[in-house]
Amino acid sequence: MTTANQPTLREQVEDFLFREAALLDDWHLDDWVDLFTQDARYVVPTTDLPDGDPKRDLVFIDDDITRLRARAVRLNSRHAHREYPWSRTRRFISNVRVAETGDGELSVNSNVLVYRFRAGEGAPYVGSIDYVLRRDGRDFKIAYRRAVLDLEALSWHGAVSIIF
Amino acid sequence: MGEPMEIKDLIIDDRQRGIFRVHRSSMTSDDLFQRERELIFSRCWIYLGHESEVENPGDYRRRTVAGRPLFFARGRDGQVRVFLNSCPHRGALICRRDSGNTDVLQCFYHAWSFNTNGELIGVPDQEAYGPNFDRDELGLKEPPQVESYRGFYFVNFNPYAEDLVTYLAGAREYLDLIVDQAEEGMRMVAGSNKYTMKANWKLLVENSLDGYHLVPTHQTYLDYISGLGSDDSGQTASSRIVGKARALGNGHCVIESPVRNGRPIAHWHPLFGEEAREPIAQVRQRLVEKYGEERTFRMADTSRNLIIYPNLVINDIMAITVRYFEPLAPDNMEVTAWHLVPHEESETMLATRLDSFLTFLGPGGFATPDDVEALESCQIGFRATETEWSDISRGMLRPAKSTDELQMRGFWRQWHANMQGLSHTNVQDAPVEEAEAALALADDD
Repeated sequence: MTTANQPTLREQVEDFLFREAALLDDWHLDDWVDLFTQDARYVVPTTDLPDGDPKRDLVFIDDDITRLRARAVRLNSRHAHREYPWSRTRRFISNVRVAETGDGELSVNSNVLVYRFRAGEGAPYVGSIDYVLRRDGRDFKIAYRRAVLDLEALSWHGAVSIIF
Repeated sequence: MGEPMEIKDLIIDDRQRGIFRVHRSSMTSDDLFQRERELIFSRCWIYLGHESEVENPGDYRRRTVAGRPLFFARGRDGQVRVFLNSCPHRGALICRRDSGNTDVLQCFYHAWSFNTNGELIGVPDQEAYGPNFDRDELGLKEPPQVESYRGFYFVNFNPYAEDLVTYLAGAREYLDLIVDQAEEGMRMVAGSNKYTMKANWKLLVENSLDGYHLVPTHQTYLDYISGLGSDDSGQTASSRIVGKARALGNGHCVIESPVRNGRPIAHWHPLFGEEAREPIAQVRQRLVEKYGEERTFRMADTSRNLIIYPNLVINDIMAITVRYFEPLAPDNMEVTAWHLVPHEESETMLATRLDSFLTFLGPGGFATPDDVEALESCQIGFRATETEWSDISRGMLRPAKSTDELQMRGFWRQWHANMQGLSHTNVQDAPVEEAEAALALADDD
């Protein structure tokens, strides 16, 4: 990349999100966890309460860094039976919007479509992900990742067994 | 396979030899599925919802229960009523949102309107009907029977069914053990887990009170918990799972085990943090004053996995989950799970409890996805029809522990009686000496 063609902020964020998606599709989960800050939070609300607050409401997932790492350990262990053998997934990230929040953090939203194939069946997880990204040198770290499903219920997959 | 089996032959129950087998067609056959709809789901008390879900006058919720679209609402008079969700005029759904608050429900098709008492209050162009048109006859229809026990609402499509408390039999006490934990009653937290399993609904009954599968299936959960330094038993995983299994009558059954880790109600644990220690001690003190040591021990220091026959599970474990499953086909069910908490709990304690729920429970937790996989795996395995029987004999000739299968036999015997048109069965495992010593037994697995 020449200096005349500096990537825009959105392009930088997109590169980061594409890299994250590749890590997940390739099941490099330890590397994926390393994208997070130590005070990070990963939240997936229930399908009937997309605005759910983990402190007050029932959600599917509310991980701090300890549980996030444990989630990766579990999925790598061959004993997370819903995901062993691993499913095949393919993630499509689009409609990326970036806003600077002033304190060095970025507020990012993207649409996401994850196709998951396993045991003769395939179906999508569809939704959007809100991120809070922190600058880390020339790169970013994830301080907050809230993945909101558009599905009305977990009718096809029966669980959020992969990282959505 | 040739002719379908006779219903009476679907279960082998040899109490002397300690052999109990279930023919797998009971989990694959369309005919038996239809028969279940008629003889079980149209005759038993089926869970509908909790009073706290319609807390204020005008609140409503819709549900599918035993195949029927229903909704329940709290009227302006404060009373909860349940309605069949179908317009008495031509059939369209009246309630088309999952929840809300309203005074009037209007059918979108021809604009007939009803209040939350179910009365027909508006018919456009009513003059077109003759003099015998009677609004009073055309209100929303209610299920033949609706009753609640301590906040849990049930419906029954059999007008002649016995009352709910009689039906609950020994399960009633186990509901009390949960509800009595709260000072100001229990409530459902907002948000529910809705997921589908491509498996027969009875597999989830078995799974929900199966102490035997915990160690092999949920190893990653146990590793996670012990990795956090939270194993306070000082024993190995397999030796600490000691508890009792009970059949409670009418197909209800339970496993009851001394608690291994913390319970948000009144059993503090380092995982909850120092700041939770005092509030938990206070709750415990209140329970002891009100109910005595022995009952407090059962509420606070045991966990209980309870089946209210046929399709309601209430697990009081690291949190209290209420799990309802609606059979869709012999190999398909929709599960909805909620989180039940005491009304009075502080924000901090609620957050601790919510966190405790998520470690194990729910389709994003560290255990439920494994169960979904296990049940779907069984259902696919059933296609190997030459393996005709499932074995549920475990613990049949000893005082039954929570890792045994007595509780499942209790469920299956009731199922078998219902499927033969009987409402009750008195069949139980043959009596075993020293049954009361079961809780204290060291596990030999």
